[in-house]
Amino acid sequence: MIELDRAGRTFKVKRATVHAVQDLSFSIAPGEFVGYLGPNGAGKSTTIKMLCGILTPSSGTVRVAGLDPSRRRTTLARRIGVVFGQRTTLWWDLPLRDSFDLIRLLYKVDRKVFDARLAELAETLDLGAFLRTPVRQLSLGQRMRGDLTAALLHDPDVLVLDEPTIGLDVVSKASIRAFLARLNAERGTTVLLTTHDLGDIERLCRRVMLIDHGRLAFDGTLEELMASAPGHATIEEVVTHLYTSER
Amino acid sequence: MRPTRRTPDNPRLPFPARPCTGPDTVGDHARTERRPHTISLYAQLVRYGFRKHATYLAGALAGAFTNSVFGILRAYILIALWQARPGLAGYDVADAITFCFITQALIAPMQLFGGGLTIPERIRSGDIALDLVRPAPLQLWSLAEDLGRAAFLLLARGLPPMLLGAVLFGIVTPTGVTRWAGFLAGLLLAVLTSFGWRYLVALSVCWLVDDRGVSVVSMVLTTFFSGMMLPLTIFPGWLGELARALPWAAMVQAPADLYLGKAPLLDTLALQAFWAATLIGLGAAATRAIRYKVVIQGG
Amino acid sequence: MVRTYLLLAWTWTRAAAAYPASFWLLVVFGCVTGALDLAVILVVFANTTTLGGFSRDEVLFLYGAANLAFTLCDLFVSNLDRISQHIKAGTMDTFLIRPVSPWIQIATDRFVPARFGRVVLAGAVLGYALGALDLDGRRLWMIPVMVGTGIVIFTALWTLAGALQFLLTDAPEVTSAFTYGSQQLTQYPLNVYGRDLVRGATYVLPLAFINWQPGLYVLGRDDPFGTPGFMRFLGPAAALVLALLAGLAWRQGIRRYRSTGS
Repeated sequence: MIELDRAGRTFKVKRATVHAVQDLSFSIAPGEFVGYLGPNGAGKSTTIKMLCGILTPSSGTVRVAGLDPSRRRTTLARRIGVVFGQRTTLWWDLPLRDSFDLIRLLYKVDRKVFDARLAELAETLDLGAFLRTPVRQLSLGQRMRGDLTAALLHDPDVLVLDEPTIGLDVVSKASIRAFLARLNAERGTTVLLTTHDLGDIERLCRRVMLIDHGRLAFDGTLEELMASAPGHATIEEVVTHLYTSER
Repeated sequence: MRPTRRTPDNPRLPFPARPCTGPDTVGDHARTERRPHTISLYAQLVRYGFRKHATYLAGALAGAFTNSVFGILRAYILIALWQARPGLAGYDVADAITFCFITQALIAPMQLFGGGLTIPERIRSGDIALDLVRPAPLQLWSLAEDLGRAAFLLLARGLPPMLLGAVLFGIVTPTGVTRWAGFLAGLLLAVLTSFGWRYLVALSVCWLVDDRGVSVVSMVLTTFFSGMMLPLTIFPGWLGELARALPWAAMVQAPADLYLGKAPLLDTLALQAFWAATLIGLGAAATRAIRYKVVIQGG
Repeated sequence: MVRTYLLLAWTWTRAAAAYPASFWLLVVFGCVTGALDLAVILVVFANTTTLGGFSRDEVLFLYGAANLAFTLCDLFVSNLDRISQHIKAGTMDTFLIRPVSPWIQIATDRFVPARFGRVVLAGAVLGYALGALDLDGRRLWMIPVMVGTGIVIFTALWTLAGALQFLLTDAPEVTSAFTYGSQQLTQYPLNVYGRDLVRGATYVLPLAFINWQPGLYVLGRDDPFGTPGFMRFLGPAAALVLALLAGLAWRQGIRRYRSTGS
């Protein structure tokens, strides 16, 4: 579903060349739920932007749902859903419900399909109470549930989540995790999740990838990740060990 | 009222070292119990206002570019008018061209399109309460910063249009010490009047749900009755007489006339001083009202 | 495309309609600010009967025709000049993950229907001028053509302004000189401006074709700068060329954004 072959991305910063991502190769099969870890500035966002077609890779190839994202950005847009935890893709001044209507028009979702889908999402994510509230008045947890709904209304094959649980309280986190697990299990949606919250990883991801300094530092199951650093009991310790020992 | 954090007082740093943070973040301290510090506090605030705007140099130069383009376009209109009516309003063509570039140069320092103060945002966010409990009065504090702002914008956005006007069309320059002194005094009084007006507009947010109306009305009155769009001296009949007596005339028309030497020096300065004092006095009363509203009634 | 545009614009109109008082307030204030330039023209003509050889009503005709096109574009596409804000706030990424052209999304973002008040004002001035002037009825067909040309040219200018902001993220005000500067320029007969400036506004940026060249035809007058008669009819062609260039520049801008990742 997602394939990267020696993908690289360089930036020019004041004449110096920075390799944000280099030689990155991995593939994700349909239906997988993959956690994508890495310290700040490791290249996570760059990878995600390449997957959505917002950034063109400077070397190698990227394929998502069989398409080259940077060339077929708008076609791909109908097949993937993206959530940026740090900012909303909803319309700030509009009621949540109007934002969803706009999404329906933009993605050309059939009204019947849309109504059924929205009813289902509103039920599972418990949106009923604030569908008529302008987005700017929503709490962070409500907004994130709204953003997730917006990303899923066109029933994408792939869902890319960039820190979806950032800043959320315990209850909101739990409800979003439960929802994502169900989505993946019942609909078979492929999910790529970047996060700094290792609880997300433990609860959701069978497979974990770790990126550091723009390169893939680890790719395997959660068990393998734990085994890779003997003597460290918790996932926090393992990841801290990997972040600090890789350099 | 939110609890106030205590930070150690450092008399040398009455404002935050980072120029990006507002006057606002100072909020917590800036204690000025000893008199000698007061002067240096306001001097520092003037400098701070200057530096804060100097960080947006690229934006200021872009604005200067746009002001210059508009200066050129408007200058041609005035040239055509003065060709049709030589000597109109006591100006010759060179005076009219100079007037036009002065108006463009003063747009930013006088903030003719409104704004320039952070007070409306702070009223909306409720942070104004922090400003009001400070021992330094809000109005004086804002004025000091605004003077710094005006000084920077006079250089960054005032000089380029004037220089361009001089190169492309030739502009007149004042002769003699008296005219220069009169012009500079007029400029200072113009900034004070502009501040006095904008401060009142800014505080009005406190009593209004939708403040867009006030800002548009202020913008219309200021751009049209300051002389920015056309010299007030060619406004016909009673409209002209009224326009020349209103406070906005003190912001552009008055300093421009002092520069050109087309207005009696003392009368012009007196009119400006009258409006500056009146508006700032009204501002002081408004500050008391808002303090009562925010501090006693709790916003 | 048009459908998507209208649907997006309609959503914002509905959102604005939720606050009718603010809406009508903005309509009125929009008219007042729009009327300032008109007031300037009237004050100028309170002091003179002709400007550059043109009468008040002729100037009002030129003003009305150009401003009808300008205000329509101000209503429908002027939000394009907020690109630098979208880039800084990161909302540009959001536009790019959707399956619709970012141009449409940005142009309609926070569409302000209240700006239609200025369109009405410009239309009224044009209507007044047409009534006051004694024009040759066989030449009036040019008026819709010139307004259409003006719409295309101003839209292209805003698109160019948007494209330029991909480069000038820190100094977006530069582009106002072209968009609002063009509005200022076209309010008066172009012969009041210097010959070089008018050459630039004819052959570099085809602003003269918004209302000046076709307007001379409608008014039945010769160009004081002596351009040949066929130039009166070149507006649509010039507008098309500028629109194509603007389209290319826009694509370059988007491409640059996607390859620099700013």
